[in-house]
Amino acid sequence: MMHEAAARPAARTDALEGSAIIREIKAAGVGTVVALPDIVTCETVLWPVARDTGLRLVQVCKEDEGVSICAGLSYCDQRSVLLIQHTGFLDSINAIRVIAVEYQLPIVMIVGLQGLEPGRAPTDSDRLGVRIVIPILEAMRLGFTILETGADAAGLAATIEASYASSRPHVFLVARSPA
Amino acid sequence: MKRDAALGVLARHYPEGIVVPVYQAAFDWMAIRPHPLNYLCTGAMGQAVSHGLGLALGCPEEKIVVLDGDGSLLMNLGALVTVAHAAPANLVHFVCCNAIYEVNGRFPLPCAGDVDFAGMARAAGIPHVLAFDDVGDLEARLGEVFQLQGPVFVVLHVEQGAAHPHDYVAIHSDASRRTFRAALRARRTVATPA
Repeated sequence: MMHEAAARPAARTDALEGSAIIREIKAAGVGTVVALPDIVTCETVLWPVARDTGLRLVQVCKEDEGVSICAGLSYCDQRSVLLIQHTGFLDSINAIRVIAVEYQLPIVMIVGLQGLEPGRAPTDSDRLGVRIVIPILEAMRLGFTILETGADAAGLAATIEASYASSRPHVFLVARSPA
Repeated sequence: MKRDAALGVLARHYPEGIVVPVYQAAFDWMAIRPHPLNYLCTGAMGQAVSHGLGLALGCPEEKIVVLDGDGSLLMNLGALVTVAHAAPANLVHFVCCNAIYEVNGRFPLPCAGDVDFAGMARAAGIPHVLAFDDVGDLEARLGEVFQLQGPVFVVLHVEQGAAHPHDYVAIHSDASRRTFRAALRARRTVATPA
């Protein structure tokens, strides 16, 4: 189980870019993005994905649908990511618990932490909905990575590869809106 | 129309392909058509058609049949819009409607019997919507249903038939998932030789 960048590096200033996230997911062989708009990633990830002819976008009406769609795709040996907001993650806990964690499927989620205050760790947020995300992930023993900088994004492809290789879910927490 | 009779008709028309059944329909289906391409592990109530959509998008060369329940679908009605938007030509979504939560104490659904699932599917934008309450009619027209370009939504008005055991182990088991994955890979390898 990977718990990367749980403590926030203070000195890294390279910007997290949406184009880097898209480049990394494509490098990992992801062909489908299943998404429901999230204000953290909509402008610089979701809109570009919608325009990218190299990726299939599947829009869902509720985030837990996406967990199951990604599961179905995985049985067809097709890689996908689920792009959602943390509120949708919280709303989908039961589906994630059983389909991703208990069934041990490579469900890869990119979750925007909407409302996380600049310079704060998610667990220190004043917002309850943000503050409880990492404790819930830890309770489910679900691996996660915090994406805050360009350097964080650079490891995305390798982590997705590892998720599929081990058939385990992984969550990327987007701590700030990518440039 | 007894559910087991309806599912028996379906099994005769669709003996070999991928089926995503849930709860009581799954328990009946496992007895009526035991098959490695039964996708049993949908996990959370309401998620069957979403799993089916993932399979339909991932295996466009295969017909994907979902055997949903009315109580289950009520938990995921937005999926009808998702399916209509994704428009998989190979997805056939059956919903067994009996207006009760059959495996959860046979308690009635809200507005039991008055919910128009076919109307909701049409309103969501599903292009082909059918309903059957007679097994003879189903037998006569199911071949035609499978010729339609999907997504297709089919309401089956059913009542309980033969009582099949509630095999919860099978619908959550690692063995079921491994069996399905291996069967699908084998089928796709045969279909697309190197």
